[in-house]
Amino acid sequence: MNLTNLLKIAFRALLNNKVRGFLTMLGIIIGVASVITMLAIGQGSKKSIQENISEMGTNLVMVMPGADMRGGVKQSRSVMETLKLTDYEALANETSYITAVSPVVNTSGQAIYGNENTPTTVYGGNEEYLYIKQLKVEDGEMFTDQDIRASAKVCLIGRTVVDNLFGEGANPVGKSIRFNKIPIRIIGVMEEKGYNSMGMDQDDYILMPYTSVQKRILAITHLESIYCSVVDESFTDEAIAEITDLLRRNHKIGLGDDDDFNIRSMQELSEMLTSTTDMLTVLLAAVAGISLLVGGIGIMNIMYVSVTERTREIGLRMSIGAKGRDILAQFLIESILISVTGGLLGVLLGVTATWILHAVTNFTTVIQPWSVILSFAVCTITGVFFGWYPARKASSLDPIEAIRFE
Amino acid sequence: MKKIIELKDIKRDFVVGNEIVHALRGISFVIEEGEFVTIMGSSGSGKSTLLNTLGCLDTPTQGSYYLADASIRTMGRNDRATIRNHKIGFVFQSYNLLAKTTAVENVELPLMYNPNISASVRKRKAIEALTAVGLADRLYHKSNQMSGGQMQRVAIARALVNDPAVILADEATGNLDTRTSFEILVLFQKLHAMGRTIIFVTHNPEIAKYCGRTIKLRDGKVVSDTLNPAVLSAKETLASLPLPND
Repeated sequence: MNLTNLLKIAFRALLNNKVRGFLTMLGIIIGVASVITMLAIGQGSKKSIQENISEMGTNLVMVMPGADMRGGVKQSRSVMETLKLTDYEALANETSYITAVSPVVNTSGQAIYGNENTPTTVYGGNEEYLYIKQLKVEDGEMFTDQDIRASAKVCLIGRTVVDNLFGEGANPVGKSIRFNKIPIRIIGVMEEKGYNSMGMDQDDYILMPYTSVQKRILAITHLESIYCSVVDESFTDEAIAEITDLLRRNHKIGLGDDDDFNIRSMQELSEMLTSTTDMLTVLLAAVAGISLLVGGIGIMNIMYVSVTERTREIGLRMSIGAKGRDILAQFLIESILISVTGGLLGVLLGVTATWILHAVTNFTTVIQPWSVILSFAVCTITGVFFGWYPARKASSLDPIEAIRFE
Repeated sequence: MKKIIELKDIKRDFVVGNEIVHALRGISFVIEEGEFVTIMGSSGSGKSTLLNTLGCLDTPTQGSYYLADASIRTMGRNDRATIRNHKIGFVFQSYNLLAKTTAVENVELPLMYNPNISASVRKRKAIEALTAVGLADRLYHKSNQMSGGQMQRVAIARALVNDPAVILADEATGNLDTRTSFEILVLFQKLHAMGRTIIFVTHNPEIAKYCGRTIKLRDGKVVSDTLNPAVLSAKETLASLPLPND
């Protein structure tokens, strides 16, 4: 018997039992829809976390001093002076996985303008700092290499600082503020970034050439950290290895001795945060998967009932020449039809539910094609798997007994 | 005359618990093309087993069975299915039509399992067969919209549609009232007159009067195999029946 006829028979069998067919399908529909929705929620929350992290820097790798021992006493990170300008130069010139490097020094204090003052943080960096931290200048201009060499008293300020010192919406470019009694001219205002995923205000800072912070504010020569931007996130590990090698060589650290610096990547942070959502996604998907399984068992149950109910039909078909494999194919196709139809409706329902969820709750949801394909494939396999035993039973019936079955 | 069926010393044993039941104990006969044979016997005589054997649903334990020159006993399950599909037409006591399915589709069914027949040929043959049994005006009625006699006619059309070597009728009139039974018998006699080979299995001795030959079974053996010198016409009997006057 050819496929067209088998499909016709399966359709008719379903139409003869519409309610039963639909209820059986419902198990699959709910299963598939929930797998898709759950995965969309999981992927969505992962995506929103990753977006938040990437806002903090382009493939950012941070080098910080650390684990320095002086007479057996481990030093606080802030007082260590192991990172030097030469390290920055080495990282800038002798690495291949790094596209941008900026030395970083920072300090906190009060910024004053007229009779207003506000506590804020001053960051010192070079021109590449903007690219690395994904910052943009809204008004005015970034400081230049010339400013860096001259340790110029110029700065760019974040929106929060503008609001606190000048009032909302003011344009302070060209004006001077004071920080630690040092007058600093504002040459630009940074574009607003808002709060990050951990609730930190990303606009409350002042950006200056690192040389100016070193010489004019802190009076130091070492660096507090070095920010690097890796070519691509996937090369983070290689970049870290490269930096480690270079710094160990430059710092003349012997084999077996501990590093006197620490390397932190955004990838680590991202992995740490997404591992939780990953686990949640797996959990949700597992629960949804179980409902798919239950749906499959529903199919199996109904197919068994159907085989018993249609024993005489099977007997008749066999006595007029149907082979075992014809009967097997007939029932297998019927169960596949149930599961595939259910799967299609489930995909539809899942996508709709995800969309509604996104529209109503504003959750970030990401429907990935693979999750649709996966759940659809699983439900087709479910149809074959759970249809197999009933179909097998049908095909191995003895026609003599089947035809006389009451 | 060509031999359609040849049975040689057919034996069929069933194992029931620890006992062996001998359902058929050595049956031999030959049925030639164009014969109309009744196989009679009371229950337990082995006639159902014989029918299953003749219909290639069951294989004998011993002996040999040739249907249209093919040795059935040595065939596998699938080959027997093909033989049933090509050479045999079954008519059952309880019609066994597919529910909620039109007459044409019911009759097409055997041809569906024959991959050499196209959909258009299948439909044409089904309509021809239904016309032959007098149901040309009921082609698209569903099985639940027909009377018992009409359903049995559909079943007979289904048995005819593959142009079988032999039609096996198993108590084909058993569920029908007297009048309708005779109508069906008229149809069988008509088919016989057209050259069909028909084997009618029944326990009703009345039917034997309308057939050319009667094989009686008892305890798994043939006790008599007689030709009927004076075959009655079912048509005449039907005409003589009192008309339903209610």
